[in-house]
Amino acid sequence: MRTHIAIVLAAALLAGRAFAVDPPSCAVPDNLLFVDSSLNRVTAAVSKQRRLAIAVLGTGSSTLTGAEGPSQAYPARLGDALTQRLSNVTVRVASQTKAGQTADMMRRNMRDLLNSEKPDLVIWQTGTVDAIRRVEVDEFRAALEAGVESLQAGGADVILMNMQYSPRTESMIAVGPYVDEMHAVALQRDVPLFDRFAIMRYWSDEGTFDLNAAGRDIGLAQRVHDCLGRALGELVVESGHLQAFVNKANR
Amino acid sequence: MHAPVVTTGRDLRLDLFRGLALWLIYLDHIPSNVVSWITIRNFGFSDATEIFIFISGYTAAFVYGRAMRERGFVVAGARILRRAWQIYVAHVFLFAIYMAEISYVATSFDNPLYAEEMNILDFLKQPDMTIVQALLLKFKPVNMDILPLYIILLLLFPPALWLLQRAPTSALGASLALYVLTWQFGWNLPAYPDGSWFFNPFAWQLLFVFGAWCALGGARRLAPILQSNVTIAIAIVYLAFAFVIALSWYLPDQAIVPHWLEDLIYPIDKTNLDVLRFAHFLALAAITVRLVPRDSPMLNAWALYPAVLCGQHSLEIFCLGVFLSFAGHFALVEISGAFWMQVVISLLGIAAMIGTAALVTWYKDLEGRNPGSRKKPPDADLAGGEA
Repeated sequence: MRTHIAIVLAAALLAGRAFAVDPPSCAVPDNLLFVDSSLNRVTAAVSKQRRLAIAVLGTGSSTLTGAEGPSQAYPARLGDALTQRLSNVTVRVASQTKAGQTADMMRRNMRDLLNSEKPDLVIWQTGTVDAIRRVEVDEFRAALEAGVESLQAGGADVILMNMQYSPRTESMIAVGPYVDEMHAVALQRDVPLFDRFAIMRYWSDEGTFDLNAAGRDIGLAQRVHDCLGRALGELVVESGHLQAFVNKANR
Repeated sequence: MHAPVVTTGRDLRLDLFRGLALWLIYLDHIPSNVVSWITIRNFGFSDATEIFIFISGYTAAFVYGRAMRERGFVVAGARILRRAWQIYVAHVFLFAIYMAEISYVATSFDNPLYAEEMNILDFLKQPDMTIVQALLLKFKPVNMDILPLYIILLLLFPPALWLLQRAPTSALGASLALYVLTWQFGWNLPAYPDGSWFFNPFAWQLLFVFGAWCALGGARRLAPILQSNVTIAIAIVYLAFAFVIALSWYLPDQAIVPHWLEDLIYPIDKTNLDVLRFAHFLALAAITVRLVPRDSPMLNAWALYPAVLCGQHSLEIFCLGVFLSFAGHFALVEISGAFWMQVVISLLGIAAMIGTAALVTWYKDLEGRNPGSRKKPPDADLAGGEA
């Protein structure tokens, strides 16, 4: 991980963009990141065609506000991370985010995404809006299952991504039951879950980021998204069995 | 303060375990609280909610059943409805506190990382809808679902109590039938903005009516079964089974539960009072009744008096607990979320609940409305504590 950060930093410096501060060490323990499930379509696309089309289907927490927001948010950071790690693989990350969507609303619009992007992998970030609106847990689970099925039937691998860990709103938004359902569906359908909730909580407990901070610090949001994008990249490499394509310097 | 004396025939176990349930509910309602690891929800299927609803049904039947026998259906029914009104007012009061907290967070917290989570504040942008829906008990913030359930249960209680006194078995059968039909047809009350009630009153009424049935002679009828060692053995085996399943939730490797069993038991539905939860409560109750008989000397022990005190004023202490859990979480976020702080907040909250219960007792003593106080109230309503 540390060498990986060094390479990213070196690449950034070579590209003429000096960081004001070093990227934080936001390593994630393997047991929080890696799962047993495999991404077979990702493996096939990379090994046969040397390209990887990823689509992020998400809500408000998959993007950042401001003119530069989308380029700093985790989908773009994931694209950069994978491009740097994988040699001679064309990585494209499309991001379709719409605020205020429940899992069920997102499920209804999946066909458009599959048709327009023809992704090998869809990263489906969901759950926050359901928890805010207190959608019935049964309905949430049914929407998840139906959504994963449509994505797989449409020819894409799936990674599920759960909510952010948000300490200040914990007493107002009960995310627990929805986190549990996403775990259960991921396990049952054998798709990887990117456990954003546990990862951000780990960072908060370790003091990597102060997620309690109030105020308009866009820098914090950008650093968190950068780390999320890179961690997600590691999950894609691991679950897609892409170690053979990782730059030698990056292994 | 004085140790409680059994004078009214009231079963002190009810107060003790309701008091303990109130403490557990408080601990469980503080998010990310280390101390909530000791609460029973982590060791099996059921949690403090079941204890609270069962004992509430038991005491409601105990208090209003006597009123109905002595003064008739209309008077007892009117008292039950007045109690429902008091709980409604308490719920609206808690909602006001919730709105105060969320408004404060809205103006003071503006972290762009959490722009999406801040959508919880959209409710503030439409006060016309939100407040009206809250008054209609359709909009219920997190952790504010129990009192609305209690209100509906009391609204339906007068005819249920009438039937329980005349034909207890039929009444319990009707309650069970409603529970089964609810599962069959998916009945529930609608919620705002989506879905339905978190605690389905048509399912949870079974526990409340069962509590009432026990109070009106059912417990005596069950005594031979509860005294049987076979019952206790089954209860212990079931609790052990639930414990192993609960353990699997916290172990990274889920392999200890075979897949066919997972398919059989999950989801364990809290909204509709899953049969597994109900059975877990029954097992706990059976063992508790065996370990702590009604005349057990430990019930008069000084160490347990604080819990008994809290259980005797359950509405006040429940509301205070909900408020304290908001305040406690607020302190953890604003001051420190460290381990020691979580322990301190938990203990301070319980101390505040005990102190308030003592204060409420003192007030009721002044007004002669307490169990064992010299002036007997004309009001049977609160004699022997509250429902």
